Amino acid sequence: MALYSRSGRPKPQSGGFELASWYFMRVSGVALFVLAFAHFSLEHFLFDPSEESATWIFNQRWNSLFWRSFDWLLLMMVVLHAFLGMRTVTMDYLKGGRRTLALATLYLVGVVVFAMGTIVVMSVPLTMPG
Amino acid sequence: MLLLRYRGSEGMLAWAFHRISGIAIWLFVLLHVLDIYLAGGNPNVYDDILKFYASTPGRIMEILLGAALLYHGLNGLRIMAMDFWPRLTVYHKQIWYANWIIFVAVGLPGAWLIIKPALGL
Ligand code: HEM
Repeated sequence: MALYSRSGRPKPQSGGFELASWYFMRVSGVALFVLAFAHFSLEHFLFDPSEESATWIFNQRWNSLFWRSFDWLLLMMVVLHAFLGMRTVTMDYLKGGRRTLALATLYLVGVVVFAMGTIVVMSVPLTMPG
Repeated sequence: MLLLRYRGSEGMLAWAFHRISGIAIWLFVLLHVLDIYLAGGNPNVYDDILKFYASTPGRIMEILLGAALLYHGLNGLRIMAMDFWPRLTVYHKQIWYANWIIFVAVGLPGAWLIIKPALGL
């Protein structure tokens, strides 16, 4: 009986989109635990913001298909997880027309953020090492 | 404080911190996608933003961001563990305290590494 939850959203009993997003929050949560902490450690412990710059990104950080794919996966997971999470928050506090407006804005921002991230990670030219 | 009285005790605080940290990280992600977008579109502006990230106030904010992420991630695992093994719910407070021990054990050295360069070390 997984109805009980001590700080997450209780498992929806309805099925469909609500249940799917409940599961997705958990799957993406596990993925983010790996992706987000790896990303944070890379930028703050392995490297340091004082050595990072646009040139550094082009010539080092993103001069690798692996790290570009990694960062794009992180972007995809974080956008879906954070915006589904913000959807829950929004629906907890707003009703009626305000809710519709807030959710429409939220989804629009989500699409824009995903597009911007995708564009930059895919369009910066790959400079070969050497 | 209203926040502490509603639902009361650890379970409620765990939920409130989870929500606050989730919203905070979400706000940072919005900023961060914007700044990384500028790295492609306008590298000079990006370099200026990074100078802020490398400054002392910037580093303090990164420590707070890391703390929010660490709390949210650990508590997220706690939620999932209880969702899929409901019997663990009996120990929800103990798991929460265990989370705080990990939080301090991982967070303090992490915070030190982030602030160190600002102290000239
Ligand atoms: C580090 C790994 C992470 C884990 C393990 C994790 C796990 C979770 C879980 C289990 C939930 C509850 C979902 C539900 O109640 O249905 C949740 C909610 C949420 N998460 Fe995460 N998450 C992580 C990272 C993130 C990141 C990076 C962000 C933001 C960019 C984020 C934003 C949110 C938001 C806004 C909510 C909704 C909060 C609420 O309903 O009160 N999470 N997370």
